Amino acid sequence: MTWTRRHLLDIESLSTDELLTVLDTARGFKAVGTRAIKTVPALRGKTVINLFVEPSTRTRISFELAAKRLTADIINFSADTSSLKKGETLRDTARNLEAMNADIIIIRHTAAGAPHFLARFLQSSVVNAGDGAHEHPTQALLDVFTIRERKGRIAGLKVTIMGDILFSRVARSNIWALRKLGAEVTLCGPPTLVPRIFEKMGCRVCWNVNEGLRDADVVNLLRIQHERQRQSMFPGVGEYRAEFGLDRSRMAGLKPDVLIMHPGPINRGVEIDADTADGERSVILEQVTNGLAVRMAVLYLVTGNDPGFVKN
Amino acid sequence: MGSRVVLMNGAALRLAIGRMAHEIAERQVVASRLVILGVQTGGVQLASRLAAELTRLCGHDVPAGQIDVSMHRDDLSQRPAPTVHPTNLPGDVNGSMVVLTDDVLHSGRTVRAALDALHDYGRPERVQLAVLIDRVGGRQLPIQADYFARRLETRPDQRVEVRWTEIGGDDRVYLETP
Repeated sequence: MTWTRRHLLDIESLSTDELLTVLDTARGFKAVGTRAIKTVPALRGKTVINLFVEPSTRTRISFELAAKRLTADIINFSADTSSLKKGETLRDTARNLEAMNADIIIIRHTAAGAPHFLARFLQSSVVNAGDGAHEHPTQALLDVFTIRERKGRIAGLKVTIMGDILFSRVARSNIWALRKLGAEVTLCGPPTLVPRIFEKMGCRVCWNVNEGLRDADVVNLLRIQHERQRQSMFPGVGEYRAEFGLDRSRMAGLKPDVLIMHPGPINRGVEIDADTADGERSVILEQVTNGLAVRMAVLYLVTGNDPGFVKN
Repeated sequence: MGSRVVLMNGAALRLAIGRMAHEIAERQVVASRLVILGVQTGGVQLASRLAAELTRLCGHDVPAGQIDVSMHRDDLSQRPAPTVHPTNLPGDVNGSMVVLTDDVLHSGRTVRAALDALHDYGRPERVQLAVLIDRVGGRQLPIQADYFARRLETRPDQRVEVRWTEIGGDDRVYLETP
């Protein structure tokens, strides 16, 4: 169990062993959050930069707190108050941050592949916090961490991801992680948002909500990504709720020990109703807690390196 | 040509741990607050064996726990991140008499990290160190063992390996020379 990567760019290129290394490491870091003293000196003296070219609150705060719990210094950088607005390129912005001796750059960007681009020329470690509709690796890691903690395993579980798959980086990263760890993945939603091309990633595509939910051990609900849809992909919010929204009556048809997950932010009354979101099968807030542990583990692992044996 | 010699066999290991337990019991002012903490992962077996012996000797339960030091090491950026193992403290460390255990004491850096890790959980009344093998000559910090089974001069390139039966070994201590 050894991690030799300098960056975390995506889930697709990780081996099953590397995925398990992150999950096992995160278990150790979760305990840190419950102690009276919630910091450890693992990243003492390191500088971490949150380079969020696309806005985010949850992920940014989670990374910020993770870095602080590891005793790193962290600077938040948001696009709307930066020189990117004045026409500076991403490459120049990143090289400037590196020139200030940043050890880790956490990037969120609207363009798929932006973290990979930075990793090609930066000496700093690069962590992908979401790139366009491509990947959101730490979200997938915290999702599988939560499933593994609750269910004791991933292999053989039936996981249904429901909602806007087409525009979702969370879905893509989750599919990679779940498939590598041996889960059976069903994608459910309207055909416009769940095209059959996803079958090539080893998933079952299902447009009927009852069929998609029936045998599920885990249901991961995704928000409709209004900001990424050029034209409306379904008639309306009311229509979506009626066809695919998870409410009390649909919950009645699910397995009694099903886990209800959501990466947030929730649109209450659209993909999930309030009763279900706050209900006893919901692990939505646990996901947030686990996100911190997983991000601590990622920052810890990418820091532990030596030019002699890094892989990427 | 490398060599591999047995430093201690099972019988010697049992006797030495019994002797160390007696020494620990003898030197306790308040044995009721004694806690044996094994450093992950090498010190875990020694801690549980010492705790079992001490429970027998003292006539009351002497708890064993584990403490992970990976997040407190000082060489994170020079090697792959060490595996993080659980920390498991049997109760409050504040005011307790802690005996840290590890299989081998060499540079002293692991013990330094363990002291820092322990400090995050509270302020023990006293901390002592028990190791199986005290490797003389390799120390990089002013840290000494209070209890040890064997003390020996070693070269930096030699390796001491303790193979506990609890984790699939043969209860022997080996010295490997490359």
